Amino acid sequence: MNVIFSNLTLFIYFIATLKHILFLIHRRPLLFKIAMGAVALGFLSHTVTLILMTVQAHRLPFANFSESLAFSSWVVVLAYLLAEWRYRISALGSFVMPVAFFGIFLALILPGEGTPLIPVMANFWFLIHLVFAFLGTAAFTLTFGVGVMYILQEGQLKSRRPGVFYHRLPSLEMLDDLSHKALSWGFPFLTLGLVAGFIWIRSAKGSFWDWDPHKTWPLLIAWAIYGILLLGRLNGWWRGRKAARGAVFGFVLVSLSYWLHTYS
Amino acid sequence: MGIFVVGISYKTAPIEVRERLAFSEKHLSAFLDRTTDSPFLEEKVILSTCNRVEVYAQGREAEDGVSEIKGFLSSYHQFPLEYFEKYLYVYQHGEAIKHLFRVSSSLDSMVVGEPQILGQVKGAYFLAKEAGVTGLILNQLFEKAFSVAKRVRTETQLGEHAVSVSFAAVELAKKIFHKLEGKSVLLIGAGEMSELAARHLLTQGVKAVVVANRTYERAVALAESLGGKAADFSRLEEELIHADIVISSTGAPHYILTRQKAEGVIRARKNRPIFLIDIAVPRDIDPQINEIENIYLYNIDDLHVIVQNNLQEREREAQKAEDLIQRESWHFLGWLEAQNAVPTIKSLREKAERIRMQEMEKTLSRVSVSDKEREAINAMTAAIVNKLLHGPISYIREQAHARNGFNMETIRRLFDLDRS
Repeated sequence: MNVIFSNLTLFIYFIATLKHILFLIHRRPLLFKIAMGAVALGFLSHTVTLILMTVQAHRLPFANFSESLAFSSWVVVLAYLLAEWRYRISALGSFVMPVAFFGIFLALILPGEGTPLIPVMANFWFLIHLVFAFLGTAAFTLTFGVGVMYILQEGQLKSRRPGVFYHRLPSLEMLDDLSHKALSWGFPFLTLGLVAGFIWIRSAKGSFWDWDPHKTWPLLIAWAIYGILLLGRLNGWWRGRKAARGAVFGFVLVSLSYWLHTYS
Repeated sequence: MGIFVVGISYKTAPIEVRERLAFSEKHLSAFLDRTTDSPFLEEKVILSTCNRVEVYAQGREAEDGVSEIKGFLSSYHQFPLEYFEKYLYVYQHGEAIKHLFRVSSSLDSMVVGEPQILGQVKGAYFLAKEAGVTGLILNQLFEKAFSVAKRVRTETQLGEHAVSVSFAAVELAKKIFHKLEGKSVLLIGAGEMSELAARHLLTQGVKAVVVANRTYERAVALAESLGGKAADFSRLEEELIHADIVISSTGAPHYILTRQKAEGVIRARKNRPIFLIDIAVPRDIDPQINEIENIYLYNIDDLHVIVQNNLQEREREAQKAEDLIQRESWHFLGWLEAQNAVPTIKSLREKAERIRMQEMEKTLSRVSVSDKEREAINAMTAAIVNKLLHGPISYIREQAHARNGFNMETIRRLFDLDRS
């Protein structure tokens, strides 16, 4: 990984996270402008890092856990920028940027240099699998951030003694809506990612089921949770707090399986 | 050059006095016309609202300007000065600047943070500007006041916290539903409080108001005045299924909405959230209902707690605004002083030159000197004056640039520049 640009990205994301949190506390528009400026700048530097990685290694940066974290954080920040541009939930950054920052931080401290790409990975289906898995992860990171916000705001309203978060977080309906939208994107992405993964495994190893179960089960469970969340929401079985908790739990499972998947 | 303001407000004067001094727009122009010839009021703006009457002016002599304004007010309204002088407040210079900034930012308003005052200040300024009675100083001052008010609005949350029970209910509803447009409201009981809350909600764009009351006739009457419809009390549960916001205020001695009923309602609503406001004493709604997911139940005490919290929050925000205004008024004072620096330096030089010429003449008329000697004395006195003034003039320039609230008046007095 290019040392200068990756460290620069980490530093700018740190500033962006910090300013987002300060904005949440003080609610000064200037802080938000600085925070968003930092996100945009960090994203630029992040993009340059990924391009340099690709050029230096003569391949896309997916070969190991470190590289794929750097890439998926990039998709997360992109998704955040899109969500912010579209929905203007200024508190969202305080809950999503820390995830992106942590992703880059891990990518930097984990070993990543010079891993050769295993031949089975240079495959069309593998690429499809990765792209959709990353897109799904980014959407679920949003549902995670929004879910945490929902749980906080719901707690404020239920307590009947609203405190600091009450004024600072958006309305439940808006959060529920955004969570649902992110889920409606993320679930198909994840499904396509899974299907592509199966096809790839079959073409590489000749069987659908010839892989370590412990690597895949958390992902399948997360997929099922998201599916049930979406179905339940569409049918009005549950909404709100249960759905938000499900989204947070699903994200933990996705992160876990992501780690099991690539870090071995 | 000085800025000063003479005024009365709800803080200093009762309505009986304020109404005697208030101006309608037509009278404002007439009053501005009448003050045109005053030598002490070079620029002026009059602000007249139901809470305050204030005359902002700029002129050489603040003291004379102030008494001129008092005289004009008294004679225009045919209201003897002794009846209202004790209610007047006078601010000069930095205090006057700060006062205008506070008024425009709604810190001096009866309801702190209310947005109308800025529009009223703008109206007053544009009227004076069109009448041609403002100039460089007041134009700058008012433009600055508008930008300060805008900063207060965007950088603090001064106007954002509900400080009455019915507004607190609206605020809560917005934290649950985001937009109230298209939401339905159900009033259980036809009390005055629920009517007030319903009216607030209607201004926020709620779709329909349904009134359910034990006496159907009362329900019909209230529903008509709110532009909604009346419902039979026995069909309460059905109405609850369609309502997003419910305000209950019956005189019933027991709970009219039990946990069991509420669970049925939320199931039938497919878990869409519902906001229940119970303002009845004794309470109408079983407090246990708040434990059900997607139901938010608030009683009258809960709303009072929110109002209390909001008042505290508003005070904190007001302090932020005060700090901002203090900084901005110092800044403006600096600019004003810088405006003063040029004429001050000019009159200082003129005065020194005048004295030098007078003394030269006095001395040289008594002694006989050659042209060459006269030339030398002339050069020497000019050098003394220049060297003596060099220090003070650089100091004035420096201080005027520093914009730290330096008082030019001190310099003018020190060198006695305003008496000739």
